[in-house]
Amino acid sequence: MSDIINFNLSELVLNIKNKKISSTEITKAYVERSDKSKHLNSYNEETFDEALKKANEFDSKPDFNKMLPGIPIAVKDLFCTKNIKTTASSKILDNFIPTYESTVTQNLWNQGAILLGKLNCDEFAMGSSNETSYFGNVISPIDKNLVPGGSSGGSASALAAKLTPATIGTDTGGSIRQPASFTGTVGLKPTYGSCSRYGIVAFASSLDQAGPMTRNVKDSALMLEIISSFDDKDSTSINFKRPNYTKDLSINIKGKKIGIPKEYRVDGMSKEIENLWENGKNYLKDCGAEIIDISLPHTKFALPTYYIVAPAEASSNLARYDGVKYGFRNEGENLIDMYEKTRSEGFGDEVKRRIMIGTYVLSSGYYDAYYLKAQKVRRLIKNDFDNAFQSVDAILTPSTPSSAFKIGEKLNDPVSMYLNDIFTVPVNLAGLPGISIPAGLDKKGYPLGLQIIGKAFDEQNILNIAYSMEDKINFKFDIKDWWIK
Amino acid sequence: MVFKYHMTIDLKTIKHISKLSRISVDDKKAKKLADDLNSIFKWIEQLNELNTEKVDPLSSIAETKLRLRKDEIKSENTREEILKNSPDENKDFFVVPKVVE
Repeated sequence: MSDIINFNLSELVLNIKNKKISSTEITKAYVERSDKSKHLNSYNEETFDEALKKANEFDSKPDFNKMLPGIPIAVKDLFCTKNIKTTASSKILDNFIPTYESTVTQNLWNQGAILLGKLNCDEFAMGSSNETSYFGNVISPIDKNLVPGGSSGGSASALAAKLTPATIGTDTGGSIRQPASFTGTVGLKPTYGSCSRYGIVAFASSLDQAGPMTRNVKDSALMLEIISSFDDKDSTSINFKRPNYTKDLSINIKGKKIGIPKEYRVDGMSKEIENLWENGKNYLKDCGAEIIDISLPHTKFALPTYYIVAPAEASSNLARYDGVKYGFRNEGENLIDMYEKTRSEGFGDEVKRRIMIGTYVLSSGYYDAYYLKAQKVRRLIKNDFDNAFQSVDAILTPSTPSSAFKIGEKLNDPVSMYLNDIFTVPVNLAGLPGISIPAGLDKKGYPLGLQIIGKAFDEQNILNIAYSMEDKINFKFDIKDWWIK
Repeated sequence: MVFKYHMTIDLKTIKHISKLSRISVDDKKAKKLADDLNSIFKWIEQLNELNTEKVDPLSSIAETKLRLRKDEIKSENTREEILKNSPDENKDFFVVPKVVE
């Protein structure tokens, strides 16, 4: 059945439950297509044989009560998978085979999903273009010269190219929402504390969150329902009553108040992005929502704050890679020499740059001027959102300042690369949920996304708003299989 | 009071950070890193426009007190698992270069 790959996740679940398709048929379809799509470089590790075996096992003893019965899914290579290589796309973890499973992936397997493979990403999730991966850059299925975005670039590429029916990524400053926006897919970053960080290779612990990347909003709700759970093994996991996001999904957003933050109208914003945003407002009005102008006065300080906080936490988290207990080791004349050679050769340039920024801002004499300062500004940014949410139910912004850029275009200019995350980073700093949905095309024919930001733990609300907008936008984007020979 | 720091990261500072972060950096790379870091910090400096004297720092969004757990054994005999990914062949210990002469 050639149309298997064209079913979205929810349709696949329905078809398998109605015994119209078997897990083996689905898994075979995805394995065959992934096999023919190596050009995109979206996989770091393929577990196709094991997946086919598991699909066969599922079919011989199916359990249709599961939420993802026999559904194959590839995940970002930042989630530890028991006995399957997990590298975070870094040389330093190139030979690392976890002896445990991340909670988020375990939640998928508990609901019947089958691992297809591990997807490429920026090294340690540090990047916005998937060009920092030790295993090479990922190519967007939209055009051979385009980046898929990052850091969950392999996930976005595989999803858009239909190499997996859905996937999960992680988002520290936009790493789910930006690549989703670049590839015409749906990416959701949940509230900090919703999805367990246990078993996810840590980047910046106060910002990292796992979340779904899917072809539509309904699939996003389904994936979120599965991966969101309270977890004793993550000290910052939050115990709250998690709704049945799919059951309560509704296009009725009548009377909802949606804020438009004036500070997001940044200098040099293109006409296309302005129009996209304007259209978004009109769609919301058509749905019966009320548009309200709001102010988030500290917006412009979010990125510089992020580039202190995230590297500081990263420098501390990545101190564990010392060549002693696991991972790559480069022998040295003595212990210190071994550490220095291991880390110098094991990490790529962007990771080293961020470790060094982080080390600097935490070092004696600079801590107060940089790190403490950034933590204070972070409070002001969070207060902005708290104040805004006194008068609105959600906030609408563009997801990114532009559509996908060309491979190599921003690689030599770190600040210009960082500016990609201007609309997504504040959401991480404030710990809020945000979803990016495809909302249109630019004049080059590349997708553009709109972001809906919600109150903490109000994922249901932003899912509903996204669901109703999706219905109005009716985004159609056909990706040709140019990479399949 | 607004902080104002003279912001030039020179090669000496790069060497210092390199030592602190246990990442060896050769002279050619150090020059490039100094340039990168200077351009990044020049951009970061805009935070100094804000007076934050009376603002409490925010270190985590989950500002609840960390949970305590019962002190009970949940997994046993994990020595082999722990040593499984060790870069050295030795199966009983983590092996490092000689530290004490």
